[in-house]
Formats: sequence, structure tokens, C-alpha cells
Amino acid sequence: MRWKTTEYTGWGRALRARADLARPERQSALAALTAKTPSPAIGQLRSYGDVALNNGGRAIDMTRLDRILGFDEDSGIVEVEAGVRIGDLGLAFASRGWIAPVMPGTGFATIGGCIANDVHGKNHHVAGSFGQHVVEITLLQRGRRRRLTPERTPDLFRATVGGLGQTGVIASAKLRLMPCPGDMMVLTERRIDGWDEFLAMLDSSRANYTVGWIDATAKGARLGRGILEEGEITSGVSPSRSRAREVPFDAPQWALSAPVVRLFNEAYFRRVPARGRTTVKPISAPFFPLDKIHNWNRLYGKRGFHQFQCVVPVAEAPALRRMLERIANSGLASPLAVLKRMGEGRAGYLSFPMEGYTLAVDFPNRPAAVALIAELERMTEEAGGRIYFAKDALSSPERVRRMYPEHEKWLKAVTRADPDGHLITDMVRRLKLRSA
Amino acid sequence: MAESWIILGATSSMARAFARAVAERGCAVFLAGRDMDDLKATAADCRQRGAALAEALPFDARRPEGFAALIARLEREEGQINAAVFVGSMPDQAAIDADPALIDGVVADNLAGPARFLQMLAPVLEARGGGTVVGVGSVAGDRGRLGNYVYGAAKAGFHTYLSGLRNRLGRAGAHVLTVKPGFVDTAMTWGLEGMFLVAPPEKVAADILRAVDRRRNVIYTPFFWRWIMLVIRAIPEPIFKKLSV
Repeated sequence: MRWKTTEYTGWGRALRARADLARPERQSALAALTAKTPSPAIGQLRSYGDVALNNGGRAIDMTRLDRILGFDEDSGIVEVEAGVRIGDLGLAFASRGWIAPVMPGTGFATIGGCIANDVHGKNHHVAGSFGQHVVEITLLQRGRRRRLTPERTPDLFRATVGGLGQTGVIASAKLRLMPCPGDMMVLTERRIDGWDEFLAMLDSSRANYTVGWIDATAKGARLGRGILEEGEITSGVSPSRSRAREVPFDAPQWALSAPVVRLFNEAYFRRVPARGRTTVKPISAPFFPLDKIHNWNRLYGKRGFHQFQCVVPVAEAPALRRMLERIANSGLASPLAVLKRMGEGRAGYLSFPMEGYTLAVDFPNRPAAVALIAELERMTEEAGGRIYFAKDALSSPERVRRMYPEHEKWLKAVTRADPDGHLITDMVRRLKLRSA
Repeated sequence: MAESWIILGATSSMARAFARAVAERGCAVFLAGRDMDDLKATAADCRQRGAALAEALPFDARRPEGFAALIARLEREEGQINAAVFVGSMPDQAAIDADPALIDGVVADNLAGPARFLQMLAPVLEARGGGTVVGVGSVAGDRGRLGNYVYGAAKAGFHTYLSGLRNRLGRAGAHVLTVKPGFVDTAMTWGLEGMFLVAPPEKVAADILRAVDRRRNVIYTPFFWRWIMLVIRAIPEPIFKKLSV
């Protein structure tokens, strides 16, 4: 297998790595690679920070192993190679009445990545995390093929789901799809005027898919204003799809400067009429709103950006409000800010979700934003919450250790699975996750 | 109408993308190659994407004794039979310089094996009065270059073979399409120095299928390689022999 030396980044483009990449196109080639040169696996590089980076080392690019290996119409269990993109899988069976039960905000994420980060979607409060729907994982450990299930190998399964690729290379997996009435979504959007109303609406929402967009530039009485989106899957005829667009170059620094963001957010807020509106859309539109703009991460210019995402327990909502105040007063936020109620569903030792509220905000990569994120992390920890590895590029070993109480169990399983540390990545090094 | 495609060299990423594209049209797909586990995985994928039928079959360009069984399997299918040949191998020119015996394998994989198979298939297409043969050559076959002239020579031979086959099968209502890809993002080119304007395999597969529908004779894919090769071919030999392009 030839190796290609290349520089690559996570989705946030703030951190870079130079590594030798192999890209197997067959399972036999993958097995040989993991036997001879065990290295961490990477997918579509949609995690924001350094989960998938291995500077100065090697990595196995899984994107060519993207086949659907089987589907059982009775149980809804589908078997796929790890490089299949969740958007392709999630919607491939929608016209036959089945859909992926959990889909993250981008359809480009691979199944391997969805498992290794135990991702969640807009229906987390109902469906739980991605890993809870995984019935079997085929894991390669130094060329040896192991089948993990939550029942027969609970410890290794929980260390692999959300386990940042540290137990082995995920070659394929079986997931249980969810029955669905069709491939359209009824989407109800309404304006929310402030923080308290937003929490009340999120708490009382009965919809399967619920997410809030927050205007992170609004202050004072308008703090926490935004738009609540509620969706239900339905049947119907899909209108012709609009074409994807592309951000062809790195945008200049002012593209997402404070006045531009304020104007954009005002317009985005007013786009939804004051009385609200209900529309029917093809399912991919509400699931993957930003996938229509390829390389939208380039809008942040060549220095890249950070996404801060935390979750705090329900009782700590006031702490989250204080965090939003900090963000609004900083003038650093971008238009992308999301608030959501989470359930308790999680499937791995290092899974992100906990019952509570999650807030995600993008910031351009500037010293002031880095300082603000450190402050937000401190507030998250104080509130008994945690940050999300899939988004992180900045946190510290001590902090994440306190946020993830099951780290010790994970570490024990990982040390057994990869004793020589072949699968260690930049994030694992930075956060010292592999040391006690 | 029932339509079947046999895809030779179906473990390559270009072939896989093409198999998916014809599967989505509901054709029967026969995936032929050496790595049976891999072919079975692609067959399963094709079935999920809409193929009327998808089977993995053993094919080794260097073992022509197995070809008859393949042809017999195809003849059991009703309707139009099509073939797409993605078989090929490109050892490092330096490796060939060190061991000239490698030339036999290059010629077998890129020319002799595929030609012999198509020669056996031709009467079937003639008997049915239709069908399409897609032969994947290479821009490397347009001119012998320092970097890969043995591979280029085998591909040039294949181009000439396809041209003759087109001449023959056209009389029976069947069609032959010669495809000359430029740099494609496959395992063959991964990590090679000097690659530029590399096309994804899905793009090449889509180009091929469009050319099949339009009954084109020879295509370059991506299209701009026609112009690049026009320039390369126009360079007079006294100058060309001093270049390392």
C-alpha cells in the first residue's frame, strides 16, 4: 500500500497535521494495513478539532470503503462499511420506509465517525445517541477481526462507541434503522423572543425533531431570542432538489465580523414571519441545512474557527444563560448558534450526551475567542456539564478528566485493546486521554 | 428491456463507481475479478442500489482458461449484454527496467487478457444484434513516455484492438466505446508524484455512462484531456524524445 504524505485539518481548520495517509479500497487491504502498520482511522474529517489528526504519524483514510453490505427488510438492520456517509445511508432507504434513527448535523460524516464520536441528532431527546442503535461493530485490531455487540462484549463496545478510534479500526457495522412514513419533513418554525421562552418551548415541545437557532448577538431583553424548529417525518412527493453551492476560496477576515453577523442574524430571525410558518421539505434539507454549501468552513478564512459545544444539566440552565450573556457581550459569535434539549441517551464511556441543555456556537479563530472559550469551558465544568470531543480543539487534560467520570473504564479497555499506542491521535495526546 | 453488464476488473474504484451507476438503472450486474470477498461486497451494494441481479464471478486476465465459464453464465441472461473492461495494471517503470519479465504481466492485464475475453464475447453480441462494449484505456496509450511506456504500449495496443472491434461489431448493431481517462483518484494513482487535475472515479463513471447512452466512439475523461493529449501528440518526435513529461 502506497502512503501519501499530506497536510490535512479537521472541519474547523484551526489545527493542522502532516501525516502519511493510506486509503484502502478493499477490506483485505484494510486488514493487511492494520496488521502491518496499525494506525488510527479517519473518515470525512467533519469533526472540528484534532480527533482525526495525527501529526507526524500515519492514518488510514476509510472513505473508499463505502458499501452497503446487506439489509434485512423485516428487522430494519442494515450492514455497512465504515466509510459510508450517514446522509447517503440515512436517506437511501427512506423511500422504502426506513431511515437512520440518528443523524448528526452533516450528512457527510461517515458511519465510522458517527460511532467513534457517538453523535446525536435533533431527535436526541426521543431517540438517544447514534451508538444506541448500533447492534454490531466489526473491529480490526492488528489484522484480527472482532465482532462487538452491546450484549456479548459490553466493555469493549462501550469503549469503542464514542471512543475516538482508540480500540481498533471500525471496518463495518450493523445498525437498526427506524421505520418512517416517507422521505419528507413537515417543519414548523416560530420566532422566540427571549431566553426563558426558549427554554419553556424546548421543554414543552412534543415534536420528534426539535432544535433552536439562537441569535448569539442579541443582548439585554432580547438575549436568547431565536427560532424554534420542530419537525416530523411524513410522506409526500419530493420536489426537485436545488443544487449544492460551493465556497470557492477562503473568505476575508471581515466576512464574519460583528456588524455582518448582526445584520445576518436580524435577517435570519425575520425570515420567519412573526406568526410562525409550517412548510414541507425533502428530508435532507432540515437534517443537513449546511451541506448545501460545500466547504462552508472556508467562510471563516484561512485561520479557521472553533465550535464550542457544551451540555449542562437541566437545573443548571441559569449557568447556560450566563454563558450566552458572555458570548453576546463579546461580539465574537458567528451566525451558527444552536440550543437544544438533550435526553440522557448515550452508548459509550466517553459519550457526550447527558440530560440537559446543549449549546453550540461557532467562533472565528482569534485570541479573544480562544480566551472566551476557555472561560465558557470553566463555566461548563462548574455547572457539572461537559464539552464535546468532536468539536474540541482547545481544552485541557485536567478539565476533560473531571467532565468524563467514566474515563477510567475507557482507559482500561483501550489499554488492553491497543497496548502499544498505535492508534493515538493529536487529540488523545493533547488531552492526555491515554494516561491515567 | 432486460439489460446485463459484465464488469471486468470490478475491484477497481472506477469500476465500482460504474457498477453502482448501472445498478441504479436496474440492470443485472456481473462483477468479475480476483478478490471474491471484495466482489461480493460490491455485489451486495449493487443489489441495495437497485440492481435487478448482482453476482460476483472469478476473472483473472492471466488465466484465459476461465473465460468460457463467464461467457456461458452471461448467455443464460436474456436481453442485451454489455461488457465494461476496467482491467489493468501499472507497475513502476523502474521495476520493469530492473525486471523486464514484468512486461508479460502488463501486456496480459492491459491487452491480451481483455482482448481474448472480448474476442470470445463478440459472437454473442453479434448473435443478439446489439450490446455495448466499454474498453477503458488510458491517455498513456496516446504516446510513449519515459515514465510508463510499457504500460502505455499495452494500452495503445488495447485502443487499436477496440477500434477494430468497433469496426466489426458495428455491422451487427453492437457498439464499442473507447475510454481514455486522464489522472483518476484511484489506488493506482494514490500518493504518486506529479498528479494534477485528478478526477474522482464517480465523475469518470458518469462520463462513461453518458457516452454509452450517446453511442460515442472515443472519449477522454475528464474532457479536457482531449486537448492536453492533442498538444502532447503534436510535439515533434525530435523534441519529444528529450522531454520528461
